[in-house]
Amino acid sequence: MCALTITARKSTKANAPLASDTENTEKNIVMNTRALNLWYGENHALKNINLPMLENDVTAIIGPSGCGKSTYIKTLNRMVELVPNVRISGEILYRDRNIFDKTYLVEELRTRVGMVFQKPNPFPKSIFDNVAYGPKIHGIRDKKILKEIVEKSLRGAAIWEEVKDRLNENAYGLSGGQQQRLCIARCLAIEPDVILMDEPTSALDPKSTLKVEELIQELKEKYSIIIVTHNMQQAARISDKTAFFLNGEVIEYDNTDLIFSTPNDKRTEDYITGRFG
Amino acid sequence: MKDMNMDIAPEKKSYIDLNVVQKKMSARILLNKIVNYLFLLSTLFGLIVLVILLYRVVADSIGWLNIDFLTNKLSTSPDRAGIVGAIIGTVWLMIIVGPVTMVLGIGTAIYLEEYAKKGRFHSFIQTNITNLAGVPSIVFGLLGLTIFVRVFGFGSSIIAGGLTMSLLVLPIVVVSAQEAIRSVPQFLREASYGMGATKWQTIKNVVLPSALPGVLTGMILALSRAIGETAPLVVIGIPALLIPIPGSLFDSFTVLPMQIYYWTIDSVLVDEYAHLAAATILVLLTVLFVMNSVAIIIRNKFQKRY
Repeated sequence: MCALTITARKSTKANAPLASDTENTEKNIVMNTRALNLWYGENHALKNINLPMLENDVTAIIGPSGCGKSTYIKTLNRMVELVPNVRISGEILYRDRNIFDKTYLVEELRTRVGMVFQKPNPFPKSIFDNVAYGPKIHGIRDKKILKEIVEKSLRGAAIWEEVKDRLNENAYGLSGGQQQRLCIARCLAIEPDVILMDEPTSALDPKSTLKVEELIQELKEKYSIIIVTHNMQQAARISDKTAFFLNGEVIEYDNTDLIFSTPNDKRTEDYITGRFG
Repeated sequence: MKDMNMDIAPEKKSYIDLNVVQKKMSARILLNKIVNYLFLLSTLFGLIVLVILLYRVVADSIGWLNIDFLTNKLSTSPDRAGIVGAIIGTVWLMIIVGPVTMVLGIGTAIYLEEYAKKGRFHSFIQTNITNLAGVPSIVFGLLGLTIFVRVFGFGSSIIAGGLTMSLLVLPIVVVSAQEAIRSVPQFLREASYGMGATKWQTIKNVVLPSALPGVLTGMILALSRAIGETAPLVVIGIPALLIPIPGSLFDSFTVLPMQIYYWTIDSVLVDEYAHLAAATILVLLTVLFVMNSVAIIIRNKFQKRY
């Protein structure tokens, strides 16, 4: 098994990575990035990215600061377009539909591909209103249904027990870790298919980080998760596949255990062993 | 490098002569004290002038500012003259200026901050709004006279005065609303967009509620400017003596500063008019003081939220 995997890996070029594990071939590809290039003005920030991401996997994106990993994850729900002077070529297929297609509205994409941000960013509203925000903007007005969604989402984000008696209090009264789980609940409330997480624990203390990590493990049963992380131990702990980014390129993309045990590329090895980054 | 180290380090040569320092010390301290008092004096100058003015106004209006003065209609006889007409005229003016500047001002600010693409057109408009804020108020008066009084045929009515005044204070509302909108943290917008909200849903549910205190502060400051402004109303022809109280938007009207203006001019004819002017000034200052305080309270209360 091991030998087989390695031969398969040797034929894999860095820029055209393929899922090598036989077990993974049963899973569908949920987001498929093909020949993606992105420029900020003249700055070529993402260079020919090819990444097939699988359903119900946790895909970690690692790499040093400025390598384009945040840019990449923001491209997956087109949030990157909020930055002026962005130019994109190539395609990203979400369930076989190109998200850059003119007929694909960003609002529609973002209800399927939700996002959790680096810094917890609850609205200055009550806990209830934070979670109900998504369903409300998508037209749900019925109080009873909203209540159900809020409870289900908060339970889903493992924060229900902590906040069930104070749903009408302002979300800013919660601790940082609770705020981040609230933001995850808020994301779950729009019933996404894919959840993007951009360094979701970088602003949290170790205990809260652990809670969020455990939560990610539970969430992958129902959702496909793509997570950018600065923390390699975290990537090793929670992800099924890992992509290593460097200077806007994907250097290596493979099963997480392989990336961390026997990386193919010298630069990957240097990075995960802490020689740079 | 090496030479310098060799020179200084072993001998511990000192460049600062303590005797010289001692000798010059008293002069340095004296100079410091002098400038301290000079700056205090320049600060006090404005304050003292204000206190003198307030003293004069209060002293002059004693015995004249009472309930009757506030509730009586205008009259040529100083004993029976009151400012109820001017107060109601001022309220009418606010009824026009408030909603008009709110809709136009906040609309402009939202467009410029949230919708407009940043580029040459954007900076052109931005520069002109800033310039507009610096245009002398009498020029706005001429604009109002030409457009609202003559072209639209409103005459010297409340609606003509109100629209003219709205144009005058619009830049204040736009600029302050822009600042308030800009100060809403980007991460709140991202959270909303990230859930598939449209731009308008994000503005309505996230941006405006967060920007509201700043927008309100700007609105109040704009209104208080409009209450105190006189020149544009002189140009559009507010009558010097108006006894009937305005009842509709198309009636003739007068406002507090206009009343002050005419009473002050006529005080050469009737001495008591000076007292009436002083009493009106006190009323106007009180209103402005209250409005500005409310603006400051709102600003301070909501300043640090994120």
